[in-house]
Amino acid sequence: MLLFRELDAMPREALRALQSQRLREQVKRAAAVPLYREKFAAAGIDPGAVRGIEDLAHLPFTVKDDFRDAYPFGLFARPLREIVRVHASSGTTGKPTVVGYTRADIQTWAQVCARTLNCGGGTPDDVVQVAYGYGLFTGGLGMHYGGEELGAMVVPMSGGNSKKQLMLLQDFGVTLLCCTPSYSLLLAEVAEEEGVDFGALPLRVGFFGAEPWTEAMRQEIEVRLGIKALDIYGLSEVTGPGVASECLEQHGLHIFEDHFYPEIIDPVTGAVLPPGQEGELVFTCLSKEAIPLLRYRTRDITALIEEPCACGRTSVRMRRVSGRTDDMLIIRGINVFPSQIESVLLKVEGTEPHYLIVVDKGGALDELEIRVEVSPEIFSDEVKQLEGLRRRIDEEMRAVLGLSARITLVEPKSIERSLGKAVRVVDARSFQASAGGGA
Amino acid sequence: MKIKQLSVFVENRAGRLADVATRLGEARINIRALSVADTADFGILRLIVDDVDRARQLLAEAGYTVTLTDVLAIQVADQPGGLAAVLRALEEAGLNVEYLYAFVPRTAGQAVVVFRFDDPERAVAVFSQLDLQAIPAEQLLRL
Repeated sequence: MLLFRELDAMPREALRALQSQRLREQVKRAAAVPLYREKFAAAGIDPGAVRGIEDLAHLPFTVKDDFRDAYPFGLFARPLREIVRVHASSGTTGKPTVVGYTRADIQTWAQVCARTLNCGGGTPDDVVQVAYGYGLFTGGLGMHYGGEELGAMVVPMSGGNSKKQLMLLQDFGVTLLCCTPSYSLLLAEVAEEEGVDFGALPLRVGFFGAEPWTEAMRQEIEVRLGIKALDIYGLSEVTGPGVASECLEQHGLHIFEDHFYPEIIDPVTGAVLPPGQEGELVFTCLSKEAIPLLRYRTRDITALIEEPCACGRTSVRMRRVSGRTDDMLIIRGINVFPSQIESVLLKVEGTEPHYLIVVDKGGALDELEIRVEVSPEIFSDEVKQLEGLRRRIDEEMRAVLGLSARITLVEPKSIERSLGKAVRVVDARSFQASAGGGA
Repeated sequence: MKIKQLSVFVENRAGRLADVATRLGEARINIRALSVADTADFGILRLIVDDVDRARQLLAEAGYTVTLTDVLAIQVADQPGGLAAVLRALEEAGLNVEYLYAFVPRTAGQAVVVFRFDDPERAVAVFSQLDLQAIPAEQLLRL
């Protein structure tokens, strides 16, 4: 049942008119941000002359480093007294990527997350367990507000504590589950250990995102949890969860394009690609007040599906993300850049070490190992010194990355050197076959 | 009085110690004493060899991380309580031992204990007060 029919099933022409109108307003809002004023001036763009979506391809791109350069609040188009919330995700180096929301932005975000839940058949009769982390990460609070906006009953479990998650899933009659796909498999493992039969629970649909996953994983989740497993998509720079969601047809993710306008570009030339072609996904936030984000390069690789969907929604869909155009890793829902790891090692050791990042599955969840070569500069012949070094790296990594890593000290040259740039990342998780370093 | 000990970082995996020993053997470098400090992932191999400079160069060229560490070696009576007497004296003098290892040379009646102190300079001074004789490097290699 389409609870948001007037938005989700809007005729394409009406949607296009709405998008154009919102873009015109958004470009004017963007002109309040020094970064965009500079970008407009450099590109010779008069913000008042933008007519609509047809002019979008002339507008400048925004990239993740723009957030870093403007840290913390330089991209805000509104004074801080109008900002009611901030969230943050990993930056490419030390400082996080900070995003802000006005009261209206929070309302929009709640609405798109409610529409996400409705994509999976969610209604006010549902009980939603949110097992995404609550905090600076957008996953938990985003889906929480979405559940409340829908009128469902929200169980704000946050991440971790699997036995309690299972207890509440059973005792509260939870019907919709929001977490990372790998966490759902961990819950399945714990359920098997505890003798809990997922098939006997009223749980119906899972909304899984924040990390890459595969069709094979979907099948495994659907069998082991006895549910429909839906792929959802979002990123904090754009809003958080609620940017796009699969419906029960499970054929591409509906983009809530009345708020987030998608383009697919050639990551090298920046040219907009024809419909259906694979390339880098770019989003323009049409209604966001706090950060009027224009043509944000997500670095995610996908393609758009324009054909109508059997569910009745008229929005364009995106295929499952197949890779990245940069070297960002997503580990247990957390974005990790090799450059962050490098900066920590530089800080702790005072010298640029050779290192290797190894990501693998240890059971259901991803594990991050960082192998650091012991150079003569950092070598001590006392165990306590080397263990102390390892502990300092460990603590600093946890502080900067927001997740724990296994730090292994290795002999020099045990890490393969490639010609030119050293191979820094080994991703042994199966989905990464098509992704990888680049750019 | 101080002796140059060769310290080598080795990963805790099969064949690493054998590789170091083989390289030294092929270069006709003799190992007089050794110890290994090990953790779950790595070990530190500590060696007293008869040609420390050549050994260092050889292993460094083979890609090992090596360093030279100052240690002191003393003779103790090869009998029950021999080591205890020395350790008690060092403790009373307030010397901190980072690690030690021992070997029994061909000379009868004596054992050699190799010490790494956190402050080797002070250790030398304390040794002379205690009437302990640190063995010079040349002598150690002949034992």
